[in-house]
Amino acid sequence: MNSYPDWWKLVFGRFTLEAIPYHEPILLATFAAVAIGGLALIAVITRMKAWGYLWNEWFTSVDHKKIGIMYMVLGVVMLLRGFADALMMRGQQAIAFGANEGYLPPHHYDQIFTAHGVIMIFFVAMPLVTGLMNYVVPLQIGARDVAFPFLNNFSFWMTVGGVVLVMASLFVGEFAKVGWLAYPPLSGAAYSPGVGMDYYLWALQIAGVGTTLSGINLIATIVKMRAPGMDMMKMPVFTWTALCTNVLIVASFPVLAGTLALLTLDRYVGTNFFTNDLGGNPMMYVNLIWIWGHPEVYILILPCFGIYSEIASTFAGKRLFGYTSMVYATVVITILSYLVWLHHFFTMGSGASVNSFFGITTMIISIPTGAKIFNWLFTMYRGRIRFELPMMWLIAFMLTFVIGGMTGVMLAVPPADFILHNSLFLIAHFHNVIIGGVVFGAFAGITYWFPKAFGFKLDPFWGKLSFWFWVIGFYVAFMPLYVLGLMGVTRRLNHFEDPSLQIWFVIAAFGAVLIALGILCFLIQIAVSIQHRDRLRDVTGDPWDGRTLEWSTSSPPPAYNFAFTPVIHDHDTWADMKKRGYQRPLDGFRPIHMPKNTGAGLIISAFATICGFALVWYVWWLAALSFAAVIVMAIAHTFNYDRDFHIPAETVLREEDLRTEQLARA
Amino acid sequence: MSGPQNHSDAHGADHGEHGASHATLRGYLTGFVLAAILTAIPFWLVMADVLGNATTTAIVIMAFAAVQIVVHMIYFLHMNSRSEGGWTMMALIFTIVIVAIALSGSLWVMYHLNSNMMPMAPGDHPM
Amino acid sequence: MTTATAQQDKADVPVFHLTEDEHEHSGGSTMLGFWMYLMSDCLVFAVLFATYGVLGRSYAAGPSGADLFDLKLVAVNTTMLLFSSITYGFAMLAMDKGRQAAVQGWLLVTGLFGLAFIGIELYEFHHMILEGATPMRSAFLSSFFTLVGTHGLHVTFGLIWLTVLMVQVSQRGLIEANRRRLMCLSMFWHFLDVVWIGVFTFVYLMGVLK
Repeated sequence: MNSYPDWWKLVFGRFTLEAIPYHEPILLATFAAVAIGGLALIAVITRMKAWGYLWNEWFTSVDHKKIGIMYMVLGVVMLLRGFADALMMRGQQAIAFGANEGYLPPHHYDQIFTAHGVIMIFFVAMPLVTGLMNYVVPLQIGARDVAFPFLNNFSFWMTVGGVVLVMASLFVGEFAKVGWLAYPPLSGAAYSPGVGMDYYLWALQIAGVGTTLSGINLIATIVKMRAPGMDMMKMPVFTWTALCTNVLIVASFPVLAGTLALLTLDRYVGTNFFTNDLGGNPMMYVNLIWIWGHPEVYILILPCFGIYSEIASTFAGKRLFGYTSMVYATVVITILSYLVWLHHFFTMGSGASVNSFFGITTMIISIPTGAKIFNWLFTMYRGRIRFELPMMWLIAFMLTFVIGGMTGVMLAVPPADFILHNSLFLIAHFHNVIIGGVVFGAFAGITYWFPKAFGFKLDPFWGKLSFWFWVIGFYVAFMPLYVLGLMGVTRRLNHFEDPSLQIWFVIAAFGAVLIALGILCFLIQIAVSIQHRDRLRDVTGDPWDGRTLEWSTSSPPPAYNFAFTPVIHDHDTWADMKKRGYQRPLDGFRPIHMPKNTGAGLIISAFATICGFALVWYVWWLAALSFAAVIVMAIAHTFNYDRDFHIPAETVLREEDLRTEQLARA
Repeated sequence: MSGPQNHSDAHGADHGEHGASHATLRGYLTGFVLAAILTAIPFWLVMADVLGNATTTAIVIMAFAAVQIVVHMIYFLHMNSRSEGGWTMMALIFTIVIVAIALSGSLWVMYHLNSNMMPMAPGDHPM
Repeated sequence: MTTATAQQDKADVPVFHLTEDEHEHSGGSTMLGFWMYLMSDCLVFAVLFATYGVLGRSYAAGPSGADLFDLKLVAVNTTMLLFSSITYGFAMLAMDKGRQAAVQGWLLVTGLFGLAFIGIELYEFHHMILEGATPMRSAFLSSFFTLVGTHGLHVTFGLIWLTVLMVQVSQRGLIEANRRRLMCLSMFWHFLDVVWIGVFTFVYLMGVLK
């Protein structure tokens, strides 16, 4: 470092050539793989002359359907990264006993478990649920797009900006070594002086802006853009859960932003919010971050509850049992999720009164959740159930989630939590609810809505293979962790002394391999389905005999979604329309008013990402310039008043005639 | 947006909000006078130490602040239960509930954590 | 097609879509969406208030609010913000009547009051830092500077926005889009006023109480 001249520091901040980890063989191999893969991808796109197509039709698109699909692609790609981290951890823990140190030194292992948590929550689960909500909600409520289409595009690219920073940390510098919620004082400047924590802060801050804005967008969409006749109690359950989820996003992500900003000030300016001296209080960080953190859990699971509800009623061929109670349960969970945050730090010593209050509220929240399980069961009861893949995910979810819920109630009892806190029991619990709830839900949702998005079903054979690998793999991987947790093994360790524990870790690693096969089968399923798309083709637009409005359009839906705005008379609108002999209108089309594509969102978030990167490396001139560019670009965008256009009636007629022909052939 | 607005929409109750602010001169002036009074009194109470007791003064000025916030909401932000079909009011109430939970919860939790876990030198902690 | 299942009596079939109407919503959601944004901003301030509430008495043997705050200055500052609120209100009234010059005039006055507010706040900060009461000195000062500074930053962005809007109104007049933007800024501006009520009560007035 000392050999660098003064001008270097001015130009490159604290970046040095040593920051590129060419001495780490694992990272080097990863980098080579990513570089070769990336170059190959670029070459293929260039060869196919697809850049213009990608830019015009996808990157700058304000169509909620395309943005939804891009979110899903992002989520699946990041799932591979996050899962690679998981496999490395399982491998390390399976071999690092006694004299064997394993292959991951502590500083590397710590980065991996931090990256795994951050990526899985922020860049896998969030994009997957946001993507599904983005795609499905406007179609379910009979709207042509979201309320703020440009903002939607911008939100997506801000999420990508966060991803770019996290991925950059792999090859330039390092990532945080502090656990996924980065408690101070460990995450403060004194104990984490490197760039890893700063990558963490700026990645989450940038992605968080996108998440908050997309939350606002979807609330406004659901509140203002429902088709006539769809009052609140006629909304599909998925839309209801999406509404509650986005309310939670808007009312909790600002808390995350504020808390991380305070930590950022501590690290960059030297303030004393969460330091050990001059009056700072690290426990305040823990308190604040969990005021965001607990609602976040429900942000992930509520939309999945919605997916399961849609699937239960579709594949049982009847109305959802207890629609009203389902809605109220969702709303109650939304509010209660703000009253339980302290159960994440019972052991920090708040005393009996505080701990019992939060313990009791935590137990209460299991009541509406339990009510939902019964609703799904009663929906299936005496239904004509079709055991297609989405239904199988639903059943696997119910069995798995109930186990996770029960271990959750155990952890909600403060005295029990004193023993289980930060043990592998906790790890097993939250993987139990997040994999069993969110991941299964995302796969169920992907399988369910894929034909809507692309016009052909996913191949069921590879899907079922993926399903069984996932479900069995989950149990094999995480049941041993419950056992280990009860034996007192704590989380985030990269080496163990007691050889009698090893067998459990080996079993868990085997389970992780099974899950890896599940992911592989999922990818093969997509490839095989694309190859056999003609065989799997669905021209009706309604492959599952669906019940909600999205199934009334063609698959994939036209850019304008609905040629005429639908009028709603009942919930399960599409089932109602089919029963009452709805006839598709064939003429009388009118020009449709739609928003124009724009590259402004991508450009602004690119500058925001550059700004984040410059701040990580203390390259102040670049940070100032790119921040100014963000402001200037944002202002310049407001001078563009010409933001929409009309799809001419002839185009609508052509599209609809095409669909008429398709339906006739079906 | 360019071109004339047409609002013969089927759920037209949500509409007609934009384009006009629903404000009146009388409303703004009433709000301004009330706000000025509600600001002046707490400043006077504290600066002249009228009540002579810190706790009482704190409670009184907090009450004034609460009233003034309501005044601003009604006269400047034009809050009522009808705008946007009641959704702005609903959002406001929800936010107030969450803010109250976050504020009072943090104070409660941190007070207990402090008193249980962080014995301090007497001068540091006048509470 | 699957619709051809149970054909009922034709007279029973209700209207399933709007044929007459363009279901046009462009801009109709803006006010609600902006209100949602303000609510989320409210929670950022809630974090800062909570932090101030918890750390606001951790002086670390440094200066306290009673030592630092000059209530006369705060009173002047509050007056500036209050005046800027009413002048923005006048701009809105002028907008309703379609008087563009009056709108621009009142916006300018509002901007000047806002500028005065920022100026006084910067003077206050500068003065405190010269006395050694920097944000790094104690947790109390960290949370004070961050809470008040974040409010000031919001006002600054409000001023930038106000300037941009004045340019846009001069370019295109009081068209629908500009009126909507002016109303959003109105909400933003009055919202900052509401936050300031919390700041002067909770931070300044209660800070000097013994």
